[in-house]
Amino acid sequence: MTTMERLAVPLDDIPEDRRHVYEAEPLLSARNLGITFGRVVGLDGVSLDLYQGEVLAVIGDNGAGKSTLIKCLTGAYVPETGEIYLAGNQVTFRVPQDARAAGIETVYQQLAVIPALDIASNLYLAREERRKGPLGSVLRMLDKKGMRERAATAVQNLGIQTIQNMGQAVETLSGGQRQSVAVARAAAFGSKVVVLDEPTAALGVKESTSVLNMIKQLRENGLAVILISHNMPHVWEVADRILIQRLGSCAGVITPSSHDMGEGVAIMTGARKLT
Amino acid sequence: MTTTSNAAAEFSRRRLSPAQRIQHLLHAHPWLSPLLILVLTTIVFSALNGRYLAPNAQSLLLQQVAVVACLAIGQTLIILTAGIDLSVGSITILSMMTMASLAANSKVNGGLAILIGIAVAVGAGFLNGILVTKVNLPPFIVTLGTLSIFTAIALLYSGGASIQEDRLPDLINWTGTSIALGPFRFTVGVIMVLLLYGVVGFALTQTAWGRHVFAVGDDPESARLSGVPTKRVLLSVYSAAGLIYGLAAWIQIGRAGAASPNGIVDANLDSITAVVIGGTSLFGGRGGVIGTLLGAVIVGAFTLGLSLAGVDQQWRLLAIGVLIIVAVSLDQWIRRVKA
Repeated sequence: MTTMERLAVPLDDIPEDRRHVYEAEPLLSARNLGITFGRVVGLDGVSLDLYQGEVLAVIGDNGAGKSTLIKCLTGAYVPETGEIYLAGNQVTFRVPQDARAAGIETVYQQLAVIPALDIASNLYLAREERRKGPLGSVLRMLDKKGMRERAATAVQNLGIQTIQNMGQAVETLSGGQRQSVAVARAAAFGSKVVVLDEPTAALGVKESTSVLNMIKQLRENGLAVILISHNMPHVWEVADRILIQRLGSCAGVITPSSHDMGEGVAIMTGARKLT
Repeated sequence: MTTTSNAAAEFSRRRLSPAQRIQHLLHAHPWLSPLLILVLTTIVFSALNGRYLAPNAQSLLLQQVAVVACLAIGQTLIILTAGIDLSVGSITILSMMTMASLAANSKVNGGLAILIGIAVAVGAGFLNGILVTKVNLPPFIVTLGTLSIFTAIALLYSGGASIQEDRLPDLINWTGTSIALGPFRFTVGVIMVLLLYGVVGFALTQTAWGRHVFAVGDDPESARLSGVPTKRVLLSVYSAAGLIYGLAAWIQIGRAGAASPNGIVDANLDSITAVVIGGTSLFGGRGGVIGTLLGAVIVGAFTLGLSLAGVDQQWRLLAIGVLIIVAVSLDQWIRRVKA
């Protein structure tokens, strides 16, 4: 398969300064994913390729199979047909923990953060680090100081300025700051792919901007990002490529420069066919 | 840190009103309010009667609250997970009657009888945990059911009769042994309870398990999505609570000088009272054992202080009732904390 075929868009549609991203092999590939729920076809043979340092947006109407596609890629669903490849190797995810162990992190719409715990505790939840020596191995004591320091670095790497105190409880943060914590959590710990499900849906204008900046920063940091969103201006602002889901199938892949938002929505709703 | 972000932090700090400041402080340290109440009651009762602060009075206070304070540790763990345990007293009675009956009637060695009694308590807690996690029943219903079940088993097994200390081996009575520490007189039981507070407090604040307990209590779905094994955490909490109730059973025999199936009938509500006054939220995810210890001591302080002041004990009931409502209202207010 050529790069051109995998990209599903002409290389000319990609801005010149972003084309280098597509010279490498894709990081995550899905081929002909299919899943049914009783008589309802959730996904009907969807393929996609995701490159390191790329933001791939997935758009589609409600019930078009966006979430189903993402859940198949992150282990929440097990596809009935098709294959998933990570860095060229075929992988099977039975539970979300499998995908996480492989370096695919998901930021859920409902933000899986614990309000009562502080920022560092949330970043390290379920992967806490213990102190060195007998304090850690025998008494199982947490390395709170170390986790706070590393959490601060993780947050700084995303260019987040508004969060300073890692000991602050998450419930005292604003919606946008909580979103930052959730994204920082997903992007830390050597993950390769970050999946963001409607990250700006509940946010105001200013907070959305900072989340979009954070997504760009994730791309700069060399991660592969899948962005699911209903907000077309946000998608057109940050996405390199846009995969349009319609009725369980892929209606096509476009780029922000090849099609405008109106055309994208027309394809999404079936008013127009991608030629 | 850059100058701008410092300025931003400075700005956000300046916006807080004094009430918000208190809210934030209590939010970060839920044990501060029970500490304040304890200091106030101590001042009032020592003013009413100078003997209140005497070492022997304070030693008595600790001995009187030891068993409820011990049970309240287990109750705290369960309430932190947004559960509630109504079977505290029944598990303790079951464990206590098992220990005593095995030793007195079946002539089992004292140490073995204690171990079996504690194992029964752990098993009872584990059963509560299984019903909560696997059968998905609300903790209130589970423990309401097991309250009757365990009480019935304890009464059937023991025949409803008390077993006096002279029929029990020394090791079982050992928790009542008194130890002088300067002018204070502690019992082995009191020291065990204080040590237990240290151990559980450490586990809650310094280990990953503790973090997971708070996470499961605060938002179980988010905890699960974050990779916390929520069911395993809950099972461990109910089992650990059982272990603590088993130790409390041993301490109760030493304190009362007998194993009596009617001994600690008020333990359920007393333990919940201590937890709530101690600032742990009934909605889970907030609080800790330091507050619970203070809460248990506050209840004991009212009992002791009012009797030394020669006042009717009914006032204690009234005061504790008011404290419970104040504590929960305060918790509701603290929960609304904002950035």
